[in-house]
Amino acid sequence: MTRFLLVLMMVLAPLSPAFAVQPGEVLADPGLEARARAISRDLRCPVCQGESIDDSNAPISRDLRLVVRERIMAGDTDAQVIDFVVSRYGEFVLFNPKPEGANLILWLAGPGVLLLGGLGAFLYIRRRGQAAAPVEALTADEQARLRELMKK
Amino acid sequence: MIVEFGHFALVLALAVAVVQMLVPMWGAYRRNAALMAVAEPAAMIQFVLVAASFAALTYAFVTSDFSLVLVVQNSHTLKPMLYKISGVWGNHEGSLLLWALILALFGACAAWFGGNLPPTLKARVIAVQGSIGVAFLAFMLFTSNPFLRLAVPPLDGQDLNPLLQDPGLAFHPPFLYLGYVGLSMAFSFAVAALIEGRVDAAWGRWVRPWTLAAWIFLTIGIALGSWWAYYELGWGGFWFWDPVENASFMPWLLAAALLHSAIVVEKRESLKAWTILLAIMAFGFSLIGTFIVRSGVITSVHSFANDPERGVFILMILGVFMGGALTLFAFRAGSMEAKGLFAMVSRESALVANNLLLSVAAFVVFIGTIWPLLAELFFDRKLSVGEPFFNAAFSPFAVGLAVILPIGAMMPWKRGELVRGMRPLIPAMLLAFSVGALVWAMQTGRTALGPVGVALGIWVVLGAAIDLWSRTGRGPVAGRIARLARLPRADWGKVTAHAGMGITVFAVCAMLAWKTEDIRIVQEGASFPLGPYEVTLASVEEVQGPNYLSTQATMVVRRNGALVATLTPEKRFYPVQAMPTTEAAIDYGFLRDIYLVIGDPQANGGYAVRSYIEPFANWLWGGCLIMAFGGFLSLTDRRYRVAAGASRRTAAVPAE
Repeated sequence: MTRFLLVLMMVLAPLSPAFAVQPGEVLADPGLEARARAISRDLRCPVCQGESIDDSNAPISRDLRLVVRERIMAGDTDAQVIDFVVSRYGEFVLFNPKPEGANLILWLAGPGVLLLGGLGAFLYIRRRGQAAAPVEALTADEQARLRELMKK
Repeated sequence: MIVEFGHFALVLALAVAVVQMLVPMWGAYRRNAALMAVAEPAAMIQFVLVAASFAALTYAFVTSDFSLVLVVQNSHTLKPMLYKISGVWGNHEGSLLLWALILALFGACAAWFGGNLPPTLKARVIAVQGSIGVAFLAFMLFTSNPFLRLAVPPLDGQDLNPLLQDPGLAFHPPFLYLGYVGLSMAFSFAVAALIEGRVDAAWGRWVRPWTLAAWIFLTIGIALGSWWAYYELGWGGFWFWDPVENASFMPWLLAAALLHSAIVVEKRESLKAWTILLAIMAFGFSLIGTFIVRSGVITSVHSFANDPERGVFILMILGVFMGGALTLFAFRAGSMEAKGLFAMVSRESALVANNLLLSVAAFVVFIGTIWPLLAELFFDRKLSVGEPFFNAAFSPFAVGLAVILPIGAMMPWKRGELVRGMRPLIPAMLLAFSVGALVWAMQTGRTALGPVGVALGIWVVLGAAIDLWSRTGRGPVAGRIARLARLPRADWGKVTAHAGMGITVFAVCAMLAWKTEDIRIVQEGASFPLGPYEVTLASVEEVQGPNYLSTQATMVVRRNGALVATLTPEKRFYPVQAMPTTEAAIDYGFLRDIYLVIGDPQANGGYAVRSYIEPFANWLWGGCLIMAFGGFLSLTDRRYRVAAGASRRTAAVPAE
């Protein structure tokens, strides 16, 4: 959404909004093509600034899109295609970091903080609730004042 | 001359801001009314000076004064007037001046509308606001001065990036900045309250309208940016989880959390320390966003020209303000005793759950955004984090929020019962489930995203309607309808904003799940099917624009032979920046947009054409606007216009 500071900048990296996938690249089998599209949305264009090869119109992205389709036609599974590209360009091209090694921190940070926060919130609420339990009786003064008010 | 005047005004503004920061703060400490009274005129003078400086820069852009470096780099004589003006903030220096202007505006607003604040709190709020002004004015004057001159001015400028020459983007940054910088008010209130050592219901009531205003602007700003990306970038996407987008989304999430927790402070005097912390963090994330955008540490499609010196300066600002505020918080948070008591099942608990989900969601976005940086620093791995991660890691929070929203919104304060509280919502639940199931059955072999979106949308929107209806009490329907109109604006605002959220959630799911795409080569005069439509590429011609050349196609969309729309997608070339842009042509509809893009001519004749049917696209921006409108309704509620202290005074008068 906010391609927001675009406004302010984009001095570098002209994100040229021309075409990404060209008509000639599309596979004849719609099922295979859908797989190719899904894979290429998860692969980052190595020379652009944060576009997937599906969106990018850099020549290398076109090459990568063709490689992905070649591997699919050769009968690779999605994981094999991705491994093939990663083995050549490194994990930099993966938009979806594999949950292994240090990346576990990334993947577990959200659930971990949610659990800790949830526990903290639970304890806090329980304390507020326990404090709520004893209903304080009115003092003698308050009783008198209440009777007075009720009489009016 | 006018440019020098603007430059001078900016320097003067810095001096005034220093006074605004120091004198009232000292006055509040010494309980000296005369020193505290300096706050108001200082805030107003600072605003007038920065406004004069901004006006001078705008004048330089409008008159194409090419003796200014900034104007040369970002303007051109042939550029339409709207973009000459928006070019003022279409670059690092000018946008920083806009930022400082809005900062000063909020400070001045605190002086104008802060009449009912206790004098010491008011002086401190304006002083803290002044200190932020000092930081940013100094940043601008020392590292990013917009008024630098050229000894030998060129004949013409280098033009603004063509992608930015667009009405949607002309108004996108001002709204976004009003939101970002608006959060500085929540920050100033939080820090002032910490110095004061007092947070009570009145504080909650004072801080809420500022947060609400900032959140409304942020919502509109983000929606504008999203809409722009949708129609301008040419593939119909609306959110890319780009670091710079995330930079605006994190403060939005925290502002939304803050809005809700401030209610608990205002109504129940609980969650005080947490609310203060949120206020500090919300502005902190605004600063982090500034850092991400302007330092170049994290690569993004739209980072500014990178400059390490600027990055270090912003990091210092971030360190001083966050470090200072959090240290203060550590010392003072313990003294903020909660008063209101509540049970496990209660409105308070529901709002705690809301805050938990929103702030952890913001944290997930944050860690995803900076993970490439951390991984490189500590693990020596160059990696990327993009859409698939965010979709997987963020969506559960959005779903969780939507699921608990209607239940929590109707829960009574202090103590409620889950089963009884959900009874009025049963119709909404049943309808959501059955329509979701129906959609699931109708669309075989697609993702569950669509049906889930439908169910959540119905659940939240209907839940909001039931919430409003339940506020009218009991009795005959006619009486309840009459009471509906007399409900406080805050009630209307709440359900409107919630309904807007439901619509947005539905639209996001619908657009992601049901989009139709077609890519092919089309000869001039040929037709092709697109869903239920037939699209004809009637003609392609060259057109000359004011500062661009255009290849314009005329495409006719028919359905069963009947004309639906004639659309003219373009491919433009801006010679000054040597940059092509795609202007998609969109037939906006209530249930779907038809989105056509013309591409390159092909070797064997014909053109590459991309076409999409985007289902419920308008519902996305509509939902955001409804959300923002709900916030606006709430902002106009009577209780914010009546002085917070006044109700207490009248209540003290005997009833007779």
